[in-house]
Amino acid sequence: MGKTFTPLILPLLVLGMALVPVIGSRALVQDLFMVLCLLVLALNWNMLAGFAGLVSVGQQAFVGIGAYAMFASVILWGMDPLAGLLVGGLVAMALAVPVAFFTFRLNGAYFAIGTWVVADIARLAFSQWKALGGGTGTSLPKGAAQEMLGVATVRGLIGGSKAAAVDALTYWLALALVVVLLLASWAFLRSRMGLGLQAVRDNALAARAVGVDPLRLKALVFLLTAFGTGICGGLLFIQIGRISPGAAFSLLDWTAFVIFIVVIGGIGTLPGPVIGVLVFYGLERLLADYGTVYLIVLGLIGIAIMLFARRGLWGGFVQRTGLDPLPLSHAAPAAPAPTRS
Amino acid sequence: MGGAMAILSLQNVSKSFGALKVTQEVSFDLAPGEALGIIGPNGAGKSTLFNLITGNLRPDQGAILLDGRDVTGETPMQRCASGIGRSFQIPQPFDHLSVYENLLVAARFGGRLTAAEAPAHCADILRRTGLAALADRKAGGLPLLNRKRLELARAMATRPRVILLDEIAGGLTEGECVELVATICDIHAQGTAIIWIEHVLHALTSVVSRLMVLNFGRMLMIGAPDAVMAAPEVREIYLGIEA
Repeated sequence: MGKTFTPLILPLLVLGMALVPVIGSRALVQDLFMVLCLLVLALNWNMLAGFAGLVSVGQQAFVGIGAYAMFASVILWGMDPLAGLLVGGLVAMALAVPVAFFTFRLNGAYFAIGTWVVADIARLAFSQWKALGGGTGTSLPKGAAQEMLGVATVRGLIGGSKAAAVDALTYWLALALVVVLLLASWAFLRSRMGLGLQAVRDNALAARAVGVDPLRLKALVFLLTAFGTGICGGLLFIQIGRISPGAAFSLLDWTAFVIFIVVIGGIGTLPGPVIGVLVFYGLERLLADYGTVYLIVLGLIGIAIMLFARRGLWGGFVQRTGLDPLPLSHAAPAAPAPTRS
Repeated sequence: MGGAMAILSLQNVSKSFGALKVTQEVSFDLAPGEALGIIGPNGAGKSTLFNLITGNLRPDQGAILLDGRDVTGETPMQRCASGIGRSFQIPQPFDHLSVYENLLVAARFGGRLTAAEAPAHCADILRRTGLAALADRKAGGLPLLNRKRLELARAMATRPRVILLDEIAGGLTEGECVELVATICDIHAQGTAIIWIEHVLHALTSVVSRLMVLNFGRMLMIGAPDAVMAAPEVREIYLGIEA
């Protein structure tokens, strides 16, 4: 059942999501853009923590770096924001090299704290960048987003204002990122390296004994997720239009919420972040008016899931029903007929 | 020394943890396809010797040669790819992977097999180790005998030329032990060299052609099992029998 279920439902879901800017309101597009971006961050963090065992609480560093690199590309070097996105991803990946060099000496909780420190150092360092507004931040030049590559095409396609076209374009980019990330994660995890990664997560000592290099695989995942996170950071701040160190390197927005999403959805599963982000969005709609209470409720739910349903909603669902539309496992080949002579 | 002939050769290997000399000037050659047993009291440095051979520990002095090539500076991953496989004393399965996937990782990485070659290789080993029926079961939930079998099967999947077995028969019932010995004999018959640490002596001596006794990190004796077991100093130190 799982095999026929997945190829049908996924493209339909994506198609439905793609139609939102055409039929939905701008407010809905902006809301769902945020949801999609959180999903991109969650997919990256899940890869890092759920599959590579690298529980980072400093991924906001790469959101901020990607966002700042995008702003620098546009403001200082006169590039198109879309090209700036790519620069953001590449700069985030490049800076992930020294970050990995230092934080990979730490394990477990120490690694988590180490990445947090790195993110704060990055926030403080970017506050010193006077050309991009220092501690108070700056805005994208007037019209930079609206003159962006592809906006005119989108306008021709769906009509409406330039601002609406920017919203639609960024929304579609976020959706595309989600789809590409989901497919790439799935392909990676099913590959030789993905198998090695899961072996390392389960037992690094044994993994080394069967020829798997844990450091190489973890470093690869760390760099790739920094790239994905950096691009997402750039995309977020094209839409937001204004950057400041506090917003770009926000622990709460780009890491704490993301961890919540992955944990309630099911860490170490591919559909987990998708389920998690839906729950998160639902709760936000329900409770956003209550301010602090909303965060307290989120925290309590997170704790409850960690205590009573450690596999998260998706993990629990798979365990109960045995149904897994996105299986990562390799089935053993059917036993050949015994050929004893 | 017959270093040119040996598949694995240890030359004056020593290792200390602080003031404690856990391995002292151990030298021996292992011929291709040979089966060597290692015995000695607890704390004699048997597992440390394995960790030196696999590269989990670096010796303070001495050299380890594989096919006459010095591998002393190589990582466990490189040594595995060069043909050293091992099973751990306490089974170390990849809990969340299936039994088959445990072997598949070993075959794809250490065994250097392609995606096309690996499945048949793994299926063959599953059959030979009696794990075929459990292939799609998660390794984390296996009972002891099957964990021990999995240790052996996973080591075999790396296509080793030397396989190191660390107390693989420990904790098994008599019947289970007989089964495991049959599998080890099968591996040996296919030409894989074996170094086997074991307290279950009758299991060990039914396979190995040479026996080494370690005591306080030193090689006390190496030779034919009967001669070694008959030696007074071995009887005294290892078996606690007054000579």
